[in-house]
Amino acid sequence: MSMQIAKTLDLKGLSCPLPIVKTAQGIKEIASGELVEALATDPGSVADFNAWCRSTGNELVEQGEEGGVHRFVIRKK
Amino acid sequence: MPAKVVVLGGGVGGTLAANLLAKELGRDGAVTVVDPTGMHHYQPGYLYLALGQTNGRWLVRDERTLLRRGVDLVVEKPTKLDPEAGVVQLERGGTIDFDYAVLATGARLVPDQVPGLLEGSYEFYSLEGAQRLREALRRFKGGRIRVGIAGIPYKCPPAPVEFVFMVEEYLRHRGIRDKSEITLLSPLNRAFTIESASKVIQPIMEQRGIELTTFFNVEEVDPSAGTVSSLEGEKTEYDLLVLVPPHRGQQLVIDSGLGDTSGWLPTDKHTLQVDGHDRIFAIGDATNLPISKSGSTAHFEAPVVASRIASLVHGTAPKENYGGRVMCFLETGNRRATVLRFDYEHPPAPPQPNNIWHIAKWAFNRMYWQTVPQGRLPDNLPLPIPTGRSES
Repeated sequence: MSMQIAKTLDLKGLSCPLPIVKTAQGIKEIASGELVEALATDPGSVADFNAWCRSTGNELVEQGEEGGVHRFVIRKK
Repeated sequence: MPAKVVVLGGGVGGTLAANLLAKELGRDGAVTVVDPTGMHHYQPGYLYLALGQTNGRWLVRDERTLLRRGVDLVVEKPTKLDPEAGVVQLERGGTIDFDYAVLATGARLVPDQVPGLLEGSYEFYSLEGAQRLREALRRFKGGRIRVGIAGIPYKCPPAPVEFVFMVEEYLRHRGIRDKSEITLLSPLNRAFTIESASKVIQPIMEQRGIELTTFFNVEEVDPSAGTVSSLEGEKTEYDLLVLVPPHRGQQLVIDSGLGDTSGWLPTDKHTLQVDGHDRIFAIGDATNLPISKSGSTAHFEAPVVASRIASLVHGTAPKENYGGRVMCFLETGNRRATVLRFDYEHPPAPPQPNNIWHIAKWAFNRMYWQTVPQGRLPDNLPLPIPTGRSES
């Protein structure tokens, strides 16, 4: 089953803590259970997204890296 | 014909750039500073003002007194810059022609972007804001003080951390510390964006009984209920709320079609040229560079821009690049401070806070008016203080 992404956030080039702030803002615009995809280049974002999801209860469904771009898929709680 | 250089903004970056340009260009250049108020603020002083450690009189000077004699000052709001025609339009209809422009227009506060922020919170990011906060603190009899950040990017990233440390000391001196609760609402899972600095800061916060709430990105304030809520869905009550207001670039930047949607100028991180415009440079808070918005940044960028414009005027190869150098003191209260020195390549390794860095910060505060805007900060000071030039 392919995942339906409700919203994609292009956070490439932004430095800490902007990717988290923009994600916190962006996830407000989707419904509970929907998925948001975030693309970031800040290497610190890996630890930050993991911690943010744990802390807020949103589920980090998928994460990966390709060519220096980190991709996170988060299901809104 | 001398080259016409216009500098928009008379803060630390614009003033230093104008003075260095006048010095380096001599008769080959005519330098004009345009500033809407003609008054120069030493913004790092707002923090001390809010805590009653200094007064507003010490923080503001007439820009004319800081400029070299050969530099022209126009006290008027610039409304638009036409990069192709080389013309700056002024609010009252006048224009200024230029061959080279330096945009040192800074950031502006947009408190109305966050519902309830204006009515419900205090800030120390403007002279009036710091004065209002000082009086609110004087009236404060104990209770819950919450300190948070209502928008990113913002100027002087360490300031909220410094404020919680300094207000803790302030409440102790007032004898109401035991009746008070201090909480830092951080946008991240740590006290400060830079991890090495967080590792120094957090143990001290713990020792001093300052609480840390993580992942709290301020969304709105409800002044009647006395609550502040976050994008993450948390809500907390306060008796005194201190929030860093959201920042944006200037309207002039947006109206000139040069900025991004928030009004920040896309800028080359090394040459400081505005993207797509070889003769237009940007420094300080006005840029979109991923480094601290701070006076220190502008201070290190100004010599690079002055040197590069001088090279363009004289037709020589540019000698200097900006390497991302920033130096920020971080006051931790109790007459101690640490320092964050870093650049694009090297993250900071802040020392444990001590009295020397606190004294260095005070010395810098006192020497500022006579040294920094004029580019007179000597290279060999007994104190560990930044010099005016950046290494390329």
